[in-house]
Amino acid sequence: MSISVLMPALSPTMEEGKLAKWLVKEGDAVAAGDVIAEIETDKATMEVEAVDEGKVGKILVDAGTDNVKVNTPIALILEEGEDSVSAQPDSAIPTPQVAKTESPVPAAPVMAVAPVKVAPANDPSIPQGTKMVSLTLREALRDAMAEEMRLDKDIFVMGEEVAEYQGAYKVTQGLLEEFGPERVIDTPITEHGFAGIAVGAAYAGLKPIVEFMTWNFAMQAIDQIINSAAKTLYMSGGQMGAQMVFRGPNGVASRVGAQHSQDFSAWYASVPGLKVLAPFDGQDAKGLLKAAIRDPNPVVFLEHELMYGTSFDIPDMDDFVLPIGKASILREGSDVTLVSYSRGLTYCLEAAEKLAAEGIDAEIINLRTLRPLDMDTILASVKKTNRIITVEEGWPVCSIGTEICASVTQAAFDYLDAPPTQVSGEDVPMPYAANLEKLALPTVDKVIAAAKSVCYKS
Amino acid sequence: MTMTFSDSDDKTLGSKANGQDTPPPELDMEQELRSYRDMLLIRRFEEKAGQLYGMGKIGGFCHLYIGQEAVVVGMQMAIKEGDQVITTYRDHGHMLACGMEARGVMSELTGRASGYSHGKGGSMHMFSKEKKFYGGHGIVGAAVPLGTGLAFANKYRGNDNLCLTYFGDGAANQGQVYEAFNMAKLWDIPVIYIIENNRYAMGTSVERSSSTTELYKRGLSFGIPGYRVDGMDVRAVKAAADMAVKHVRSGNGPIILEMVTYRYRGHSMSDPAKYRSRDEVNKVRDEQDPIAMVRTRLLKKGAVTEEDLKVIDKEIRGVINEAAAFSQETPEPEPSELYTDILK
Repeated sequence: MSISVLMPALSPTMEEGKLAKWLVKEGDAVAAGDVIAEIETDKATMEVEAVDEGKVGKILVDAGTDNVKVNTPIALILEEGEDSVSAQPDSAIPTPQVAKTESPVPAAPVMAVAPVKVAPANDPSIPQGTKMVSLTLREALRDAMAEEMRLDKDIFVMGEEVAEYQGAYKVTQGLLEEFGPERVIDTPITEHGFAGIAVGAAYAGLKPIVEFMTWNFAMQAIDQIINSAAKTLYMSGGQMGAQMVFRGPNGVASRVGAQHSQDFSAWYASVPGLKVLAPFDGQDAKGLLKAAIRDPNPVVFLEHELMYGTSFDIPDMDDFVLPIGKASILREGSDVTLVSYSRGLTYCLEAAEKLAAEGIDAEIINLRTLRPLDMDTILASVKKTNRIITVEEGWPVCSIGTEICASVTQAAFDYLDAPPTQVSGEDVPMPYAANLEKLALPTVDKVIAAAKSVCYKS
Repeated sequence: MTMTFSDSDDKTLGSKANGQDTPPPELDMEQELRSYRDMLLIRRFEEKAGQLYGMGKIGGFCHLYIGQEAVVVGMQMAIKEGDQVITTYRDHGHMLACGMEARGVMSELTGRASGYSHGKGGSMHMFSKEKKFYGGHGIVGAAVPLGTGLAFANKYRGNDNLCLTYFGDGAANQGQVYEAFNMAKLWDIPVIYIIENNRYAMGTSVERSSSTTELYKRGLSFGIPGYRVDGMDVRAVKAAADMAVKHVRSGNGPIILEMVTYRYRGHSMSDPAKYRSRDEVNKVRDEQDPIAMVRTRLLKKGAVTEEDLKVIDKEIRGVINEAAAFSQETPEPEPSELYTDILK
């Protein structure tokens, strides 16, 4: 029986990729370990190896094909004795390919992430008629850094694998080539140390952008972020502070377990002396990162690994900067306010469409900035809808949601027709098993159920 | 790359640190007098701070530098305009040596608006960007990466300034110190690490806290040369500082100076003093006091008379008394200051 060779995943988050090249042709004999094809994504390339002996029976996807979904059969290998592909391939055989990948994280099955289609926000900072370009979120972040670095020589990027490797998640791709090793600096794996060095450099007036490979690892550096960066302006009576950005992927990843999958938003948002930003889409990524780099304070910039590869329309402008401390309204509605940030908004957008079909008109607020929170926008919306649901992937206790629910209760109690309600990740360390991981996260259905509940509809 | 390390006594500078009696190079009279004056200013300041603490005028933690004055004064004599200084929380001496005013420092200790941090930092968190003093950091070990970062900025900008990064024998066991050492040498950052080994991290002696007690060798595995220096003798400190400054300014990257010193007072004001004997303290005070040694030398050489020194003493007492009075007369920060300087 022939064996189907499936499109492998390079990383836990890969959904599709390009079949770049076939290194074998139909009829070729292959042995286990032979490289038979090359595939690539915007992030990395890898070789596909044969796992079994046999003969290439049929190539199902041509070289150069883009957007091949993970697990799509790309070729059939004939076993000994077979000479045609007449037999149905045994699709029950699990993906037999070994991934030789340069990804920092092991290849693993992919958790489906609903592709996000967001209407361009009606942002007043984008002039009418501005041309839009489609960029992945990681490209938007890279462009933001590159544009600012061209303007100001005091800005440099440091972190693990930011230079020669081109970024563990390819966010810094191309920066080394443009700005050189003096300004794009690979560090050893020493978060505490290099975060401290960057804060010291900021004391001296430089403007570091510190990339943490993920915010999980920034736990090693949190003393320097809080005690040395956030507090110094205050402790020095305003004499000196640290103009700098700490950035990297935050929040849940896919199938990487408890130590690599955590949302630190509430931690940093509780610290006076920091600004905390959490972009959702490409416009946020570009406009907010540029604002963060220019801001004279230490800024914690929380990206989302599972959004890096998502494409968004971004205005093709010389200098697209968004204001810090200002939320945006992603969808206008009159019945219930859904407040979220980062990837939490993907649940809200999908839920809102489904709720609309059931006659519930949801307003969606993209917080963009977690500290300082734009309570004006939230309260104005609550005064209109009289109901609020917060949605986040992080833990429920002492969270962004609890903060907003408490503030709304205090400031708009008389406007509320239902208790402020939270949808969040579960109060557990992130499990590894695929089914448990799903259970630990918010879902569109949970958002819908919460919205119906506060609207008293079943 | 090969480099010889400080296993032999010739890397140990100063008469007392290695038990040998090889005197360090002499200072000229002007330098001796300057060191006398600068050390005495710190000594009198700290005595006054201790007194005000006892009177309840200074709150919180207060770590006095008495006994260690030769370290910062000797180092300061070797650096130039634009060089930076950073240290941990035993920082009053460093601030005075950097040229910060006694009245501003004392007012910070008493929590007044006229303090360097407008009363919002306190003893452990004081800064003067103007004088290139970057704190005053309360977290043990944190100043080491920070100082390395200040020095990194010098290299980034292509100037020839360096950063004096002070820390204690206690901080020398902190992990982030070694992260900073590694990057400092990897990138040849212009930083001088000064380990002020006063023999006790709070109440834990170096012998009880450190698997190896030769702290000047702690950079060995990173390729950072280290020297042990008699930190009670300002001449030895100055000589080591000159050597270290030359090494770093020539582009050789970091260097470590372990200053063997001693604090006469407790770790902070609430020290139980159970971990060492009074005799031990008295012996150092009697035999190695950095100020008394300079004083003796000055008189012996006939450079100055007792009367001359009395004039200096009186002048310094005047500065300190004025600072103490000022620090108690000036107002506390306005309540509105509670919410200023959180963000720019």
